[in-house]
Amino acid sequence: MRITCPLCGARDRREFYYRGAALALERPAPDAGEQAWDDYLFLRENPAGETRDLWYHANGCGAWLVVRRDTRSHAVLEVRLAGEGAQ
Amino acid sequence: MRVAGKGVLDRSRSVPFRFDGVRYAGLEGDTLASALLANGVRLLGRSFKYHRPRGVLTAGSEEPNALVTVGRGGRQTPNTRATVQEIYEGLEARSQNAWPSLKYDLLSVNTLAAPFLGAGFYYKTFMWPKAFWEKLYEPAIRRAAGLGALSGLPDADRYERAYAFCDLLVIGAGPAGLMAALVAGRAGADVILADEDMRMGGRLLAETQQIEGRSGQVWAGEVLAELAAMENVRLMTRTTVAGAYDQGTFAALERVGHHRARAEGQPLECFWRIVAKRSVLAAGALERPIAFADNDRPGIMMAGAVRAYLNRWGVCPGRAVTVFANNDDAHRTARDLVAAGVDVVAVIDSRAEAPGSDLFEVHRGAQVVGTSGRLGLEAITLRSAAGERRVETDCLAVSGGWNPSVHLSCHMNGRPTWREDIASFVPTPGAVPGMMAAGACNGAFSTLACLREGAEAARAALVELGRSVPPLDLPATEDEPYRLTPLWAVAGKGRAWLDFQNDVTVKDVRQAVAENYRSVEHMKRYTTQGMATDQGKSSNVTALAVLADATGRGIPETGTTSFRPPYSPIAIAALGAGGQGKGFAPERFTTSHKASRERGAPMIEAGLWYRPSTFPAPGEKSWRQSCDREVRMVRAAVGVCDVSTLGKIDIQGPDAGKFLDFVYANMFSTLKVGRVRYGLMLREDGTVMDDGTTARLGEHHFLMTTTTAAAGDVMRHLEFVSQGLRPDWDVRFTSVTEQWAQFAVAGPKSRALLNELLDAPLEAGDWPFMACGPVRVLGVAGRLFRISFSGEQAYELAVPARYGDSLFRALVARAEGLGGGAYGMEALNVLRLEKGFITHAEIHGRVTAYDIGMGRMVSAKKDCIGKTMSQRPGLMEADRERLVGLKPVGAVKLITSGAHLFAKGAEPVRENDQGYVTSAAYSPTVGHVVALGFLRRGPERLGEVVKMVDHLRAVETLCEVVDPVIFDPEGGRMRG
Repeated sequence: MRITCPLCGARDRREFYYRGAALALERPAPDAGEQAWDDYLFLRENPAGETRDLWYHANGCGAWLVVRRDTRSHAVLEVRLAGEGAQ
Repeated sequence: MRVAGKGVLDRSRSVPFRFDGVRYAGLEGDTLASALLANGVRLLGRSFKYHRPRGVLTAGSEEPNALVTVGRGGRQTPNTRATVQEIYEGLEARSQNAWPSLKYDLLSVNTLAAPFLGAGFYYKTFMWPKAFWEKLYEPAIRRAAGLGALSGLPDADRYERAYAFCDLLVIGAGPAGLMAALVAGRAGADVILADEDMRMGGRLLAETQQIEGRSGQVWAGEVLAELAAMENVRLMTRTTVAGAYDQGTFAALERVGHHRARAEGQPLECFWRIVAKRSVLAAGALERPIAFADNDRPGIMMAGAVRAYLNRWGVCPGRAVTVFANNDDAHRTARDLVAAGVDVVAVIDSRAEAPGSDLFEVHRGAQVVGTSGRLGLEAITLRSAAGERRVETDCLAVSGGWNPSVHLSCHMNGRPTWREDIASFVPTPGAVPGMMAAGACNGAFSTLACLREGAEAARAALVELGRSVPPLDLPATEDEPYRLTPLWAVAGKGRAWLDFQNDVTVKDVRQAVAENYRSVEHMKRYTTQGMATDQGKSSNVTALAVLADATGRGIPETGTTSFRPPYSPIAIAALGAGGQGKGFAPERFTTSHKASRERGAPMIEAGLWYRPSTFPAPGEKSWRQSCDREVRMVRAAVGVCDVSTLGKIDIQGPDAGKFLDFVYANMFSTLKVGRVRYGLMLREDGTVMDDGTTARLGEHHFLMTTTTAAAGDVMRHLEFVSQGLRPDWDVRFTSVTEQWAQFAVAGPKSRALLNELLDAPLEAGDWPFMACGPVRVLGVAGRLFRISFSGEQAYELAVPARYGDSLFRALVARAEGLGGGAYGMEALNVLRLEKGFITHAEIHGRVTAYDIGMGRMVSAKKDCIGKTMSQRPGLMEADRERLVGLKPVGAVKLITSGAHLFAKGAEPVRENDQGYVTSAAYSPTVGHVVALGFLRRGPERLGEVVKMVDHLRAVETLCEVVDPVIFDPEGGRMRG
């Protein structure tokens, strides 16, 4: 598998650390309540299809990336820097 | 035997080799199979289950039968295909799975028991009694069955891995692949042409048809010469593209050293990862046998293989050859043999409409229904309209048609498409993104069609790559149609083999169906069809057809099993190249490593780092003696310890303080420049992640230390919080762990020691506890931190790493002059335990700030990572297991980490568990073992006696619950 880092170009996935769903970028406010925090930390979708997850270019530039990909075909649809992905 | 005037190898170069101890001579360019056939050797091995005599079936990597063991000792390679192994002077090959010898194999009695050994036999027969399976049946069966054996010794060979990138990867260098590479190469694209064979050309080396008026071999040679001269083309022979993966990544195995005597420093194999923007699959096709009774005797071979041995290696596998086929292509074998002067007995064609010939007898609408010959073919039984008769022949060339090599097109979960006209599967377009199939692997069997498809695939790839496409200019060559009428299995009695390597017969497949294993996946597993090392390359399609027939379904409805990488076997050693020995876990050394080793320090692993456990003094016999001395030395004088392995992260930016407030539970923005503060870092779920000190070196400049183990995790976490959660804050991080050598200088004489080295000596009162700042040490700019992990007056002195070795030596030498010296990890651990300082033994991923008594460090004045969730009621309950110190009070004085804690009178069972010990060590300072652990309501139970039980080591100790800080609880020594 290869991921195209917006800063470094296409690289082997061995250069990246996988974290999980990009939902981790949507941190609730401290007073958002138990349900919001529970959803944020512990509940994840497991889609057969398009998914957005976080990869860290650990053996590269150190950028956190939001990778949009399809779990059925493994096609990578879009890669953005995490700071942009949060928008 | 060799046939005069045939073959494309050098007749002048004789190569001696050994097979089963016997010396033979072959020619340079021979495979073991061609050389043995040239020497009249037909029997090469015994089959897996029935120990049937077997010989060479094919001329390529799909070979199921002719498996041998090459080499000895740690260099022994079992299950080597004789059809792939090249001969060289000194090659030593042995047959497998025969005892006492290949000709008199005692276990061939299995074949007499065959009626009882069919599919499912083991499952049904060896079920009872259950205990017998593991102890009796399985070992006996395993001894009798099997192929080659591993030596059991460490692999003495070297393996490498390599990476390559290209615009176009062409897989297979037959006519289609050569044409694709030529078109793309001439257009200037970066091309890799890979072929598993020792020589490129594919079937052009094995056939006699002409291209542009020249032989196929000559034409291929010209194309290869042109490609070799192009800087943008890389030719990789002996390289099997074994797997297709996501985003144009391919695995390939290059056999670097199997074809020659071992040379020092040369790898045996190289495992490649090739990344290609586009790929052309030109993998060719594999001929399939026809199943008929006793179709497995040595001398029965594929018709295309007989042609290959004749035309490429100048070898005829028999004196009187018969052909049995259902297609026109196999008639070429007879034509080529006759042209070479070999006696062709007859062509037996199952089709009534088969073409005739002036050169040889053709039996139309006829079949082979049986064979005879104990160790090799002697005669066949021919059934035709005229009845059955015996025909003497020592070589039967069989062809049931050709199966396109679709394998790689299916590696990304694609399924191949059935094509009725060729009665086989072809790749489904788009099954692997960016891959196009061309030539025989795409069901195009004439030479011209292969050239055209190769050229067109390359042109299509060039268009997609945005390159200019040269005009199509195809060489002139044959374009004969491929005609066949499917014949999968000849009806009749006797065992008709499908999978030669796993000894699966037509009857086995039918029996599987009779027992309702009707799905292809079930049939495969019940019969083991296609599960041997050849993965059923020759047999799977035929087995499918037999299954389809037995279930009354069509072949496309029956479907195929999954094709998985690798295409042909790859040694684990090649996959793991670079990961053997130290490659598995690279070593990280501190700058004091050499000096520590010179002092005889045994090194222990801390992650990838190596750290000294103790610095043994003369006469010390155990680590405990050294450790006790080092602890006393620090408490009484001064000790020096390398702490460079702790993670060091340089943090800069106007928002650095605000950022640290957010990632640490406690406050950092209020820290004054020139001061250090202990920080506690939480995970977002409220659990403790790491701890360490952070120094403020400037208004916008901090230096964070992490624990050794968590350095990478913390760096990643900081980047995540910064980039992902607070992208608008201006702060940046750099790991400087390896840039700075840092030494703890601890003990009452620490200041005296430092003053021998610092350019400006420290006065008492300078540098109070938790102060930090720049210093000059022996003329070098460094940093000094007044921090202590030992409870003594202590400093950490940091210099750029290149000065680490000399500073360590200088510090230790001067410390020794003051009655101190170097101390290692054991003493460091005892010192911190006496002070109740925690490490990752305590903050092990399940404890909260509350559990370790630091609940109040979670600042109420600000939000931070983990704050919200750390305040969940369940994480704040007094009943939780919380940090305590433990000391032995009974007759037994031992406390062991990992042991569990129980109320004094309670039975030590799981239901009564109240906690556990995380760290324990003997303290020479207080004269008993000191320990940390977690105990239910621990801090409320100081003074209580609990029972520690270590079920693994059978230790039971009564312990008093004490404050974690056992030594100098007021901290006077540290601050003084």
